[in-house]
Amino acid sequence: MMNTHDQVPGDPAAPLPELPGHSSRSRLERILRRGEFAVTAELNPPDSADPQEVYDRAEIFEGWVDGINATDGSGANCHMSSVGICALLTRMGYSPVLQISCRDRNRIAVQGDVLGAAAMGVGNMLCLTGDGVQAGDQPGAKPVFDFDCMSLLETIRIMRDERRFLSGRNITTPPAVFLGAAINPFAPPYDFRPLRLAKKIASGAQFVQSQYCYDVPMLRQYMGRVRDLGLHEQCFILVGVGPLASPKAARWIRSNVPGVHIPDSIIARLEGAENPKREGEQLCIDIIRQVQEIEGVAGVHVMAYRQEELVAEIVHESGVLRGRKPWKKEPRADDAIVVERLEDILTEAGESAGTAEGSKEPA
Amino acid sequence: MAAHSKSAYQPADVSPQRRARSRYTLRLWAVRHARFLERVYTRLADVFLKLHPLWQAVGYRRAERPVKAVEKVVKGFLFDCRMCGQCILSSTGMSCPMNCPKQLRNGPCGGVRADGNCEVEPDMPCVWVQAWQGSRQMAGGDAIQAVQKPVDQSLRETSAWLRVTAQAAAERAATTDQG
Repeated sequence: MMNTHDQVPGDPAAPLPELPGHSSRSRLERILRRGEFAVTAELNPPDSADPQEVYDRAEIFEGWVDGINATDGSGANCHMSSVGICALLTRMGYSPVLQISCRDRNRIAVQGDVLGAAAMGVGNMLCLTGDGVQAGDQPGAKPVFDFDCMSLLETIRIMRDERRFLSGRNITTPPAVFLGAAINPFAPPYDFRPLRLAKKIASGAQFVQSQYCYDVPMLRQYMGRVRDLGLHEQCFILVGVGPLASPKAARWIRSNVPGVHIPDSIIARLEGAENPKREGEQLCIDIIRQVQEIEGVAGVHVMAYRQEELVAEIVHESGVLRGRKPWKKEPRADDAIVVERLEDILTEAGESAGTAEGSKEPA
Repeated sequence: MAAHSKSAYQPADVSPQRRARSRYTLRLWAVRHARFLERVYTRLADVFLKLHPLWQAVGYRRAERPVKAVEKVVKGFLFDCRMCGQCILSSTGMSCPMNCPKQLRNGPCGGVRADGNCEVEPDMPCVWVQAWQGSRQMAGGDAIQAVQKPVDQSLRETSAWLRVTAQAAAERAATTDQG
């Protein structure tokens, strides 16, 4: 099944038809259900209202990944919203994964966003608890946490399968979404973690993406328990990986980013290297190669924060795609027109803003 | 110990961690004795159900205030109860999930520190690490695997004991009607 680009012939951005047994029109769901080893990547959201920045950041993943995660204020830092990013990405035909965190919105806002995003063609949604506000740039914010990730999953599943809101009110067209959740096998209480995955599956999770994996033996242990419970047959498990830029960065992440476990041996390996950045990339490739051998692992989720340009190389060198070529946008004639027009608008806006300062508009 | 102490006064000869932990002493005691408290609660629930005619005679609404006041003191003392009004201590190893800064009711988030402490409050033992330990001692500990509904905020500051009793009485009446 090489080179099935999973697109409507002649129109890369057109919505795909939903296949039987699928719950969404998502390309990512198609690939996982076909039994291919999937690759997803995390997009670093811009601190900007310029759509072109989103497109530029997505373009570097093109042809290497099956899904692009749009984070929802990760680390409790403020950026462009995940709904906005996903809506932009669907216009270009990408298969975005909408991350929804419980930290910032209550049940009324979240259910509305789910319908809005689905209407914009978003086919994958990832339900997260969210980092605490203390971790981010606005620690004075009110933490909402009206839902937890479990009740969020269940709510979206009810909206999709039972065509109703949590309140029971009907939904005329339900959101066709492939539902995801996060797992962290590397945080205590370790024996409870596999059971928590079972709970997430019971609540509606169809795929999960894990926290950064830097401890493969620990993951193996977790996956052993997951297989004993038969959970790998009920949900697709994607393991989170990412390159570490330097031993200093690794130490900083370990003590400042919630839930990331980096063993001392990894930091020692980076410290011993002549070129730590290159070593970090190689380490990531090595981990991907080991992880893909573990029974029950359905893919990898590459989070190369501020090193996104390395994703293509990491995916290529690790060989996880096994010769498969993920979907790549074929430029349409009108794309250039859209870009050109946008540039015109922005320059016009810039010019008029400049003149507005000088001359007052008549009232 | 540093030879030259920075301040002239040392509060107590204990580690900073133990000092912070003493704030959670009773809460942690409750988790260690989850099995015992489970038995106590089962008895209490029986007594409350037996008293159903009394609650009805007084009126559940009128009983609400005094019962709530007692419940708040008792559960506040033992569990640092936050009066969410929909108690699930029996499903959470006698560790109150409302003390979690994210108020998670379905298990620990991914931010738990390697030492088992909270992501948001580094000195506090994670409520859910405790819950898992407590549940392992309890007869009905596997209830921790049940998926909990989101909190109904409109039930805050109401008595969970009375609500559970009223529901149990209604269920009992329904089954006797059928039988």
